[in-house]
Amino acid sequence: MALAVGCRARPGKSRDNKTGSWRVFKPVFDREKCTKCGLCMTLCPEGCIHETEEEFVAPDYTYCKGCGICAEECPGEGIKMILEEK
Amino acid sequence: MVDKTLELFDCGHRACGGCGAALSARLVTKAAGTNTIIVSSTGCMEVFSTPYPETAWKVPWIHSLFENASAVASGIEASLKKQGRNEKVVIMAGDGATFDIGMICISGAFERGHDFTYICYDNEAYMNTGIQRSGATPYDASTTTSPAGKCSFGNKRPKKDIPQILAAHGAPYIATASVAYPADLMQKVEKAINTRGPCYVQIHAPCCTGWGFEGEQTIAVAKLAIETGLWVNYEMVEGKVVKAKKVVRKPVEEYLKTQKRFRHLFKPTRQDAEIAVIQAMADRNAEKYAIDIKLKKE
Repeated sequence: MALAVGCRARPGKSRDNKTGSWRVFKPVFDREKCTKCGLCMTLCPEGCIHETEEEFVAPDYTYCKGCGICAEECPGEGIKMILEEK
Repeated sequence: MVDKTLELFDCGHRACGGCGAALSARLVTKAAGTNTIIVSSTGCMEVFSTPYPETAWKVPWIHSLFENASAVASGIEASLKKQGRNEKVVIMAGDGATFDIGMICISGAFERGHDFTYICYDNEAYMNTGIQRSGATPYDASTTTSPAGKCSFGNKRPKKDIPQILAAHGAPYIATASVAYPADLMQKVEKAINTRGPCYVQIHAPCCTGWGFEGEQTIAVAKLAIETGLWVNYEMVEGKVVKAKKVVRKPVEEYLKTQKRFRHLFKPTRQDAEIAVIQAMADRNAEKYAIDIKLKKE
């Protein structure tokens, strides 16, 4: 691998590293219970929870590591962690 | 005002699931905005965010050595000033780089009065190299270089009070924040960045691997630290504490019990004397910053 001058890298190049493969438990969002308070979006260490086109929030499972902070902190208990089978 | 919807710390970084430091990096970059240059010293954050050729940062970012992040930032700030540019210089360093190794350069840069913001994500040990104690490690925490056992209860010394040391340097704005209160954290970072002169923000960022708790508990543990009085969120302007988060305090055991690094205080036998020492520290904090909410007697 050739090094660039100053070992520089393109901004956000870490997206090549698909950390979703680390996941053991998968957060599943309940549309009924969600009040769209946005706490899960703020507290996600990956920053991978976004508002979707259907005006709902959902994590990007390509990068979600399944840490469970969103499920733990959701004030409406609208997120469940489910063992993922791969 | 900066656009807080932008994600400037991207997905795909290699922090552990539930990492408090990764969350603090996200929140800090959100608050700082795009017109920012970040200087990072060596540490867990530098390692997990930038394994070459990948980088999670979407703002200009430069890596320095463990000890000289503030010297590098000083140079960048001086050069920007000479060129008449207005980018904000922000340092993101861990507690090891801040409390121990970088102290000389920090002292120098604060004394020269450069216009930058120094942010320390405090996870209370050298996590990247395998949980060695640092100046930020709290009393009685077990780490690989201060192991608890038959002859020891872990780290023998209390946490160093860096905000006071930097206040003594004449820093115009100093704040402590916690990942458990993200809005407060972002507000403090924004305030520090927009204050002229060297400002300092210390962020309590729990480390699930180093402290020994499950990743999903990061926010809960950070909240307990505040609720027990072992961590105080306050703001200091021109050396005077102007605001501190008030709480109805809980006993320190509730915080200590959540983490494996304090397990030796409860198993095999409960060490009441040691817990009392830690409780006394929380009491001193409460008195010093007047954080107790007095409940009316019914």
